[in-house]
Amino acid sequence: MINLNNISFAYDKKPIFENFSLNINTGDRICFFGESGCGKTTLLRLILGLEQSQKGEIFTDHKFSVVFQENRLLPFLTVLENITLLGADTKTALYHLQALGISNVAYKKPQELSGGMKRRAAIGRALSVDFDAIILDEPFAGLDENNIALCAEHILKHTENKTVILVSHSKQEAELLKTKIIYL
Amino acid sequence: MWLAVWQAAAMIINQEILLPTPLKTINSLFVLGKTADFYLSVLISLLRIVLGYILGVVFGILGGIASNKWHTFDIIFSPIIKIIKAVPVASFIILALVWFHAKTLPVFIVFLMVLPMIWSSVQTGLDTIDTKYLEMAKIYNLSRFKTFFRIKVPFIMPALVSTALTALGFAWKSGIAAEVICRPENSIGDKLQSAKLTIETPEVFALTAVVALLSILLEAGIKKIAKEYLNDKSK
Repeated sequence: MINLNNISFAYDKKPIFENFSLNINTGDRICFFGESGCGKTTLLRLILGLEQSQKGEIFTDHKFSVVFQENRLLPFLTVLENITLLGADTKTALYHLQALGISNVAYKKPQELSGGMKRRAAIGRALSVDFDAIILDEPFAGLDENNIALCAEHILKHTENKTVILVSHSKQEAELLKTKIIYL
Repeated sequence: MWLAVWQAAAMIINQEILLPTPLKTINSLFVLGKTADFYLSVLISLLRIVLGYILGVVFGILGGIASNKWHTFDIIFSPIIKIIKAVPVASFIILALVWFHAKTLPVFIVFLMVLPMIWSSVQTGLDTIDTKYLEMAKIYNLSRFKTFFRIKVPFIMPALVSTALTALGFAWKSGIAAEVICRPENSIGDKLQSAKLTIETPEVFALTAVVALLSILLEAGIKKIAKEYLNDKSK
């Protein structure tokens, strides 16, 4: 579970959250929905422990995996190495790359890939590691319709009974991943 | 082409003391090459400079890592590093003459020249790594060892190699300068100074050529090792 209890957080004295509470149970599928700058990414960072709330407390017993907004693929490693570095085994990594239609780039560096391929590689990486909860920060940005459908189907298949937290501007994406929208 | 320019200039000046011809320099090199003393001097100078360089690189890397990791360590040592960078090498050599034996002084001077360059390169490299990658390592519970060697080191390596190559040039220049001033037995610097005092300009040129050649060979060696390492990382 993920429990945010009366948290307050401000950037340079500009309040982002004040006495905000949220309870996410294991297996919940939710989507943080809202305008740019409303605090979606901050909320994710608080959940992941990358930011500390100034008030209140956050509890989680989840092992997270993340599809970051900016891929975060290490430029000096191949796609496969980027995945195995985080603890995934090669067989699992190759399976996910194959399912996402990018097994042909497993041994290539991120800079040799198109934007869409990088995005799918980032999704493949997040799914390859062992996790209880997955955070998807605008996972389909830069993907065409076919690839969105392919990725969404693959994510759905591998996140059954897992906690899913999606950040998106698109209600369609929230529906595709069967998440419940929380407006921020 | 530059050999022809050198030859032409030497012929115009026509004074060996001022500018010997390339042929005269090569001849002088052959004469030097006939003595075992010459090879011993080259070897000992090489060992001194390489030892100072290795010490500078090792302590520079450790210092750079420590400065990145511990703010207090950085506060304590960054003024010293800045001073070392700013003080002219000749001042250090003269000061160190009081502290060190002539045989070890060049090692210390080379160490002193290389240390701040490597230190700053490592520290700056580590300071400027995109924190997004380090956050990722934290989220996925990557060990400190893995985070350091699989993420941080590859990020800083290209800049570090480039600095290490530049530092090698400085190592040679400062090491030989130290030898010329403190004149340890069996050294290229001592031979250079003797040749200068006896106005054996062709020998000065020949010895300078040897120093330049050794520097180029060492640089090529380091480049090769670095290239293999970087290629290996990029495979």
